[in-house]
Amino acid sequence: VAADATVSSPLSRLRAPSFTTALGLLFVAFIGVWLVINLIKTPADFFEVTAIGITNGCVYALVALGYTLVYGILELINFAHGDVFMLGGMFTITYSTNFFGLHHGQGAVIVPIVIATLLLTMATCGAINATIEFFAYRPLRSAPRLAPLITAIGVSFIIENVALAVWGPEYVIAPDVLPRSDVFHIGSFDYQWNKLIAVIITVPVLLGLVYLIQNTRQGKAMRATAQDKDASAMMGINVNRTISFTFLIAGALAGAAGIIYSLYFTSVKFDQGFQLGLIAFTAAVLGGIGNLPGAVLGAVLIGLLQGWNEGLNWHSPGSDWTESIVFAILILILVFRPAGLLGEQTPEGG
Amino acid sequence: MDPNAMWEAHGIPAWRRLPAETRSRIVLGALIVLAILLFFVDHSLGYAVLLGAVVIELRKLPLWPQRTAAFAVIVVFLAILAAVSSTPWSLVFFLAAAFGAAAVPPKYRGWALPLGAIVAAVMYPFYYAHLFTLPVFGAFPDVPTGVYMLVFIMMAVGLNIVVGYAGLLDLGYVAFYATGAYTCAWFASAQFAGQKCPTPGVSVANCSVSTVPKHSFDFGAVGVLPGTGGYHVSVWLLLLLGGIITAFFGIVIGLPTLRLRGDYLAIVTLGFGEILPQVARNGDNFFGTGFNLTNGPNGITPLDSPGFGHHLSNLTGGFLPANYLQCCSAKVMGHAVTSTDVFFWTAIVLLLVTVFCSYRLQFSRLGRAWIAIREDETAAAAMGVPLMRTKTWAYASGAFFGGVAGAFYASFKSSTFPGDFFFNISVFILCMVILGGMGNIWGVIVGAGFLSYLNVFGLGTTGQWINTHIHFGGWHPSIDAQLYQSLVYGVIIVTVMLFRPEGLIPSRRRAAEWHEGVHDEPLYDHEVAQIAGEGV
Repeated sequence: VAADATVSSPLSRLRAPSFTTALGLLFVAFIGVWLVINLIKTPADFFEVTAIGITNGCVYALVALGYTLVYGILELINFAHGDVFMLGGMFTITYSTNFFGLHHGQGAVIVPIVIATLLLTMATCGAINATIEFFAYRPLRSAPRLAPLITAIGVSFIIENVALAVWGPEYVIAPDVLPRSDVFHIGSFDYQWNKLIAVIITVPVLLGLVYLIQNTRQGKAMRATAQDKDASAMMGINVNRTISFTFLIAGALAGAAGIIYSLYFTSVKFDQGFQLGLIAFTAAVLGGIGNLPGAVLGAVLIGLLQGWNEGLNWHSPGSDWTESIVFAILILILVFRPAGLLGEQTPEGG
Repeated sequence: MDPNAMWEAHGIPAWRRLPAETRSRIVLGALIVLAILLFFVDHSLGYAVLLGAVVIELRKLPLWPQRTAAFAVIVVFLAILAAVSSTPWSLVFFLAAAFGAAAVPPKYRGWALPLGAIVAAVMYPFYYAHLFTLPVFGAFPDVPTGVYMLVFIMMAVGLNIVVGYAGLLDLGYVAFYATGAYTCAWFASAQFAGQKCPTPGVSVANCSVSTVPKHSFDFGAVGVLPGTGGYHVSVWLLLLLGGIITAFFGIVIGLPTLRLRGDYLAIVTLGFGEILPQVARNGDNFFGTGFNLTNGPNGITPLDSPGFGHHLSNLTGGFLPANYLQCCSAKVMGHAVTSTDVFFWTAIVLLLVTVFCSYRLQFSRLGRAWIAIREDETAAAAMGVPLMRTKTWAYASGAFFGGVAGAFYASFKSSTFPGDFFFNISVFILCMVILGGMGNIWGVIVGAGFLSYLNVFGLGTTGQWINTHIHFGGWHPSIDAQLYQSLVYGVIIVTVMLFRPEGLIPSRRRAAEWHEGVHDEPLYDHEVAQIAGEGV
């Protein structure tokens, strides 16, 4: 999973940039200039939009980590992952309103309720994801590479329709419980609690994940399995169980993303998962698929880009074009730098 | 992994290891029990399953004279039933034809069966109204549904070149469909008429007087009202042009992306498939420049229809219609020929051309190179197959047929909307290819025909059947089956990939690839690997 970054020698870093690198840098500089002009013109808007972007980025980060974990261990793009995230949002609503009676204007009692819902949703989504792996992907371990990929698309459709049957075709409304009071404000820029909540949930989950992978026996098994399955099996690692565990963790992360999403945006629809999953996947690719810090970096970047694109006034393409921009980034990264920003160059990817 | 081994890993004895005799007895028994059970749900379904069981059993007899005699007895029996009761005669004819087809000696099958299928398809508008209703699925599809099916079969055959022959997963095939459709729309409508208001300084939207077209260009189009404006090129040329532009587009997408590995390629094509509809949706006013390329969510409508012009029409005595939409006062065999029928026949011709090209390509030098790449890219490259060029050709040929189909369908519907080009459609077409059997053109045709039928027609009737026939005590389901369209694709994809990855009617070669696998047996699945190693 966390691939050891091969440090390229300083000499190779100093060689003249290739044409595509130059073009890429020019493009980044262009975006930078656009941002600076926007910052000067409307500073309050700029920070406001940036804060929204970071909140988006947190959701994307949690989903993107799931993609990257699974890709790191199985080299499978798990298309169904975005839909597991959507299920997370749905379960959040069901658990918090039906089990715990969460509703608007309850005061401080929402904190334990949200934590309980978070844990319950994460457990549910983790279990669902591991079940999907067991039934849909495990029988295809020795099949041609595209077989599990195609199956994943099918699974995604099935989950979507199950959600449609259970929660109906309309937006499912979540209780609007997050406080909107200011955390702080500088000039005309306000930062509200409901935006901070995403960060409050995401950071501990991420720290827990890092601890799990770096410091535990199971994490070591995951890293070993990602490197070489056969060798891990010879070393006595139960590879199938490790893969199941990875799917469990990925699903739990998607569940955490689901709770943030549904509490912050206060509505979830059965078909939202696939689209958001693709955006999160783009984030994972941008950071370098298989690379955990890369996924977070990519997700925050994509979140910020989305926020800026939709919120800034001066010459921004606007929300009509968000998907196109995200997928254009995806295509450009895959074509010109398949290893992503932080990932290492794979022989097959190049 | 072999599904057999999977069952064994769960302690269930392998189906294929049972003696053939036992297996067929189990099947027969199960079918008869099923038929009896289903009889109580829906009589006709029970009869259909029973008939199926009988046919399966009879197929074991030698062709001549026992089987032929048995089939003849069934047909005669049904004919007597039809004469005395309400059994439809069309069913009798249908079965007689099917049994006849099954009795064709293998020597002649290669051409006799396709020929029979073509004749049956061409005659379809004449007899579909008299056909019996199927259990569960209801009536046979009408002719507009037939056009839809043919178009989608065409696209599936095109996608089969990319996915089936060359083994490149394309999740954005809808982009090619859209390119073809918009090509047709741009050059066969008033989209680029450049309307202006005669009153100076007033925009078109606020104009009270009828607007005057600025641009107009006409090349062989039929049935265009004078003063319409815009570009009007003959739809026949546009079919070709749509194909060529789409193929070019495929090359443009392909050149940078085809060097990527399989799953990355799938993602890139998916990305294009998502971007293009958004461009179409937002293309009525590009970044506030006012340039209207696609007319946005309202789509481009109406479009010209194909036709042969009055000159050719008169020359052939009205056999070739001057214009498809205002056509055909002719009455053939008591059936008034409608414009839909003409579109249907045209679609058949286009499909035949597609199938012919695809079939011939398969055995050409290029086709063999595709299959070599699919089976082992490294080995193919070592043998001197130019990877990039070969893959790009696969992409371009697949795109070409997608474009032609898109252009034709746009002309048939007389409209193009961005809403027609969702990701679902890409998966839908992919699902057809997977269900039928990747790489086998006949399998793809059957799979595509069935799924596209289900999509427009069958799901609704099936849902109705479920709602009316299934109930437990006082509980009736009320399922809106159309809502769960994509569930059907999902279930089909997963089931096929897990249990029969080569599809329903596979090519022998592709089946071997799927079953022998391309990786070594993984060490860590030791339990399963051991059982599979014993040889099934």
